[in-house]
Amino acid sequence: MLSLVATGFLADGRIDLGGFGEVFGSARTWRVIGQTLTQAVLATITSLVLGLPAAYVLYRLKFRGRGIARALMTVPFVLPTVVVGVAFTALIGPGGPLAWTGLDRSLTVIVAAMTFFNVPVVARTVGTFWARLDDSTEAAARVLGAGKARAWVSTTLPALAPALASAASLVFLFSATSFAIVLVLGGRDFSNIETEIYRLTVQFLDLRGAAVLSLAQFAIVGAALAVSAWLRRSGERAVNIVREDAQGKRPTPGDIPALVIFAATLLLLHALPIVTLVVRSLQTASGEGSLTNYIALVNPPADSPLQGTVLDAAWLSIRIALAAALIAMVLGTLVSLVLSRRPTSPALKRGISLFDGLVMLPLGVSAVTLGFGLLITMHRPLGIGFDLRTSVVLIPIAQALVALPLVVRTMLPVLRGIDPELRYAAATLGAGPGAVLRAIDLPLIGRSAGLALGFAFAASLGEFGATSFLVRPGAQTLPVAIAELIGHQAPGSYGAGLAAAVVLAAITAAAMLLAERFRADQTGAF
Amino acid sequence: MQHAVLTTRQERSGGAVRGTQGVRAARGSQQARAVRFTGLGAAAIALTMLAGCATGAADSGADSGAAGQAGASGSNTVTLAVHSSFPNDAFAKAASAATGYDVEVVAAGDGGELTNKLVLTQGAPIADAFFGVDTMFASRLVERDVVEPYAPKQLPAGAAEFAIAAESAAGAGTGAGADASTAEGVQLIAETGMVPVDFGATCVNIDTGWFAEHDIAAPETYEDLVKPQYRDQTVLLDPTASSTGAAFLVGTVAAFGEDGYVDYWQALLDNGARIEQGWSDAYYGQFTQGGEGGTKPIVVSYASSPAFTVNEAGDAASTQALLGTCTRQAEYAGVLANAANPEGARAVVDYLVSNEFQRTIPDTMYMNPVDGAVELPAAWAQFAPEPTAQQAHDLSAAEIERGREGWLRTLGDEIGL
Repeated sequence: MLSLVATGFLADGRIDLGGFGEVFGSARTWRVIGQTLTQAVLATITSLVLGLPAAYVLYRLKFRGRGIARALMTVPFVLPTVVVGVAFTALIGPGGPLAWTGLDRSLTVIVAAMTFFNVPVVARTVGTFWARLDDSTEAAARVLGAGKARAWVSTTLPALAPALASAASLVFLFSATSFAIVLVLGGRDFSNIETEIYRLTVQFLDLRGAAVLSLAQFAIVGAALAVSAWLRRSGERAVNIVREDAQGKRPTPGDIPALVIFAATLLLLHALPIVTLVVRSLQTASGEGSLTNYIALVNPPADSPLQGTVLDAAWLSIRIALAAALIAMVLGTLVSLVLSRRPTSPALKRGISLFDGLVMLPLGVSAVTLGFGLLITMHRPLGIGFDLRTSVVLIPIAQALVALPLVVRTMLPVLRGIDPELRYAAATLGAGPGAVLRAIDLPLIGRSAGLALGFAFAASLGEFGATSFLVRPGAQTLPVAIAELIGHQAPGSYGAGLAAAVVLAAITAAAMLLAERFRADQTGAF
Repeated sequence: MQHAVLTTRQERSGGAVRGTQGVRAARGSQQARAVRFTGLGAAAIALTMLAGCATGAADSGADSGAAGQAGASGSNTVTLAVHSSFPNDAFAKAASAATGYDVEVVAAGDGGELTNKLVLTQGAPIADAFFGVDTMFASRLVERDVVEPYAPKQLPAGAAEFAIAAESAAGAGTGAGADASTAEGVQLIAETGMVPVDFGATCVNIDTGWFAEHDIAAPETYEDLVKPQYRDQTVLLDPTASSTGAAFLVGTVAAFGEDGYVDYWQALLDNGARIEQGWSDAYYGQFTQGGEGGTKPIVVSYASSPAFTVNEAGDAASTQALLGTCTRQAEYAGVLANAANPEGARAVVDYLVSNEFQRTIPDTMYMNPVDGAVELPAAWAQFAPEPTAQQAHDLSAAEIERGREGWLRTLGDEIGL
């Protein structure tokens, strides 16, 4: 990454900063930056507004099928952008059932698509934290005479602030760096920094311009992270963490508004495009219902553009995603443990927040930049006598980098919510740091670790951007295979691509279901 | 009391316990290390698992001596970098058998992406040979000395027509090879190292049935597309995002000149043309014959596309390519400069132009092999003929390399692409 930026600024061995004037002197750059901010801010707000009721319903209420609902909620997050773009266009493009809305090629539809991807992120990062939040404070407020809304706003909402800030920063980064969805649904009028970097590198090989834009992207991402860190810090406090089983209640009439918003989000925003996709995958090109597309996955026709079957690609994807999720988990746990400490010295504090920002950066760096950067640096890196650039090993590493922030953002609110008194008490009783870790931190994050693992797995499974920019050995991952099938002329290849997308969604849902059932929760009530 | 002191100190020093607790602390951190270690161990195991399917992992250079052809480099492995829609596995098997080398294939993205990766890794190439850089980007490789000069001895006769010029000298013969003799073409291939393997054309496709049904005469030329009776009927591809779209742009520059193409594009947009990002978004998403409920009867696609719309009986196609709106692209292969195994790379390039591989091109890649002796599928000749050199609106690779960025930027500034 750094090397790519450096390449951009070195002209004939001298540092050349002329690129700045050139890039920032053009109106197009400012339009692109404006578009990026507008889209990302709007998408963040709508995702939070719609994600909060979803988090409440999925993580605070008890109802039959909750586990399945939670697992299904993750599906939109991993669907290939290509496929979602197709589904949205089928709905609102010319000739689609919603064409009358006139939303085709509008900011609204871009924001809607970003929200489609990110509501699950909010629901999950806020929900896992909310599920373990002790609601006795809110109950106390009610007893003292506060109304339901007032009690929630003055007790629960502030307690949720760190998780909300975490979720907001994730959504903002995802939206600010989204690529395919902006181009497919908006076209060039809505170009953001990410698409512009792609245009400069791939079309013009203008590394200088791309480097300057990367830095601009960096600045925006850095600012967003700083704001979210400030929000988190101001809202962070030790909260009562309890066992999840002790929480949750049957839905009551008071929950109707949340349920209505949740149901509307699910049906209108998520179910419509996904059902469109599933229905289409069960039809032939002439519109008759058949399983042809699914048969093609197992037994590809002779003119299929793919190597082997889609099942092979799925199996490879699963293995790569497992490796990536494990790497992300190990790194993520260590990082979270470090970040959850609250040193008193200002220097250490600053160090920790810087480190926090550093972990989030892979999400804020464009996939193009990451891909080309890895290409330049991974030729016998660090003196290893091994060319990583064309190795399949690089794929899980890149995917782990992308999944790492998700892991950290899922675990950290829980870890930071642990009352330091607990640790002091343990230390007072003679436990060394290791024992404290084992007796307090690890059990408490156990459950969210299961979820974070599932999340990381799902994110790696659906990762397309960075993977597609790496040099890939013969075998393909499922999202790459889907993109190839959809972009191919052979008859039936398009349908097979849609069927493969449904398979990807099913694998994701299954993985999340497993993660939901993974209970490592051995904490007593404190 | 002592404990209280201890906790504050512990907090201040970030958890490092001193004094009487030292022993315990050491033990604690050992345990923490153990946890950490098993975690990393798990990740390492996962990676090792993966290595089982790492076809592209660097070969240690162990010579399996398959055919004893290995040259001075001492390695028997050859790596070929290709574009995304290439039959990797099948090719690796067949090429290994034919050349005696252990051929590995890595995919490095499409057109521009593949080209730029080759340019960026010039000093230490990701492969020994490449295939799949087309006319749009071919000169970029030549001008940056990414390719080793080499021409296969058994070059098919048709290849010379697509030879590209070594220098960006204005008007150097290429593309429409009508004015370049075969000998000249072979000479150019040997100088540049850019070996043509197959070719195709980007053309405007129309839904013939739609025009019959609406009782409108079908369009035939570039000029027709901006006429009022074809308003809101055309789907184009963004030339900054799709190499097919860029090929159509080149055609318009060839037809209208460097001072006329912008006005033409503006007229297209004024006439309601819709611009999509990729071929599948346009063809499947918007075209009436894409099978997905599209509403536009005119789309930028390929000369070969109508072959896929032939009916069950095999006597009619529902679409037609307008041969007056075509731009031809050849796809090139070559040996990369600084390749670890240049002999192997040359053997693989030889195999790409051999009759054995050329025969497979129509069915696997939907392109025309440069080897004219190869029989094409029957439906192609009847329903999806290629434009002739005279019909096509071609520019030389050198002209494209010189002009492309300017054209794209101009379109960006003038019509907001």
